Amino acid sequence: MSVPRLTLERRQLVVDSLGVGVATGASGFSFGAIAVASGLTVWQACVLSLLVFSGASQFALVGVVAAGGAPLSGAATAILLGTRNTLYGFKLASLLHLGGVRRLAAAQLVIDESTAMALKPKDPRDAPLGFFTTGLSVFVLWNLATFVGGLAGNAIGDTATYGLDAAVPAAFLALVWPRLDSSRKQVTGAVAAGLALALVPNTRPGLPVIAAAGVAALAALRVGRRDRPSPTDDESTQVSGETGR
Amino acid sequence: MIWAAIVVSAAGCYLLKLTGLSVPDRVLDVPYVRRLTDLIPVALLSALVAVQAFSTGQHLTVDARLAGLALAAVALMAKAPFLVVVIAAAATAALIRLVV
Repeated sequence: MSVPRLTLERRQLVVDSLGVGVATGASGFSFGAIAVASGLTVWQACVLSLLVFSGASQFALVGVVAAGGAPLSGAATAILLGTRNTLYGFKLASLLHLGGVRRLAAAQLVIDESTAMALKPKDPRDAPLGFFTTGLSVFVLWNLATFVGGLAGNAIGDTATYGLDAAVPAAFLALVWPRLDSSRKQVTGAVAAGLALALVPNTRPGLPVIAAAGVAALAALRVGRRDRPSPTDDESTQVSGETGR
Repeated sequence: MIWAAIVVSAAGCYLLKLTGLSVPDRVLDVPYVRRLTDLIPVALLSALVAVQAFSTGQHLTVDARLAGLALAAVALMAKAPFLVVVIAAAATAALIRLVV
C-alpha cells in the first residue's frame, strides 16, 4: 500500500519544486535589469546567470561594480557568498550519490532552493527528485528571465528615474531577510552594516563589504561561549537572589 | 575588467559547489566552519544593503532609496515574493523622485 502514497508524495514534491522554480526563476528578471542598469551588457548578465548561477553572488558582483568598486573586489564578495554552497554540497552528497560527469553537472545546480527541496522529503530516496526538479527549473527560468530583464533594462534608459538603484538594496534585503532567524544573526547583520557604512568614506568602494566578512568571523567565534549576565548589570538583581530582601 | 571578474566569480563559485559534493563530509565539518558559513551571507548581505542604500561612491547619502528600502521591509514582513519586493522598492523611489 505504500506505493500509491509514495507516488502522491512524489507528485506533490514535483509540484512544490516547480513552484519554487517559477518564483525564484522569475527573480532573474530583476537581476538582468539591475545588471544592465549597473553598466554590464546583456551578454555579461546572461553569462553570470549561466556560469555563476547563485543569486546572492550575482547581485553582489553587480552591486559592487555599480557602486564604483573594482570588479575583482566584486568577484571576491561573490565568492565569499558562494561558500555556503559548499556546506549545502556536504549535505547533498550523501543524498544524491553522484559520480563522474553527473556530479560535475549537478554541482552547478547546488543553490539555496534546490538544497531546501532536496532536504524536504521525509524519504531520502526522494531527495534527487526534489533537487533536480527545483535546480533545473530554476536554472532554465532564471537564465531566460535574466535575458528578458537585461533587454528591459536596456530599453528603460535613465535608471535612477525608475528607481532601479533602490531595487538593489531591496534585493539584498530580500536575500538576507529569511536568514535573520536568530538574535546572533541579527546582531551580526547590524554590526556588519554599521562597519561597512563607517568604512565607506575612507576605503575604496567594494572593500567595506568584504570587511564585513570579518564580523562574521568574529561572531562565529563567540557562538560557542555561554553568555552569562554581567555581574555589574543593575537589571540582574532578580537573578542574583536579592529579591528576598 | 568586468569579464575578468565574471570569469573569476564563475570559476570560484563552481569550485565551491563541486567541493561540497566531492569532499568527504568530515574534512571541513568543523563547528566553527559551519557557523562561519552560516554567518558570512548574513554579514555580507547586510553590508550590501547598507552600502547600496546609503552611499554613493565614497559619500554617505540619504535619498529616495531609503523610502524604497522601507517599503521593501514592509513587503517582506507581509511575506511578499522577491520580485514584488524589488519592484515595490523601485516604484517607491521613482514615485518620490517624480513628486519631489
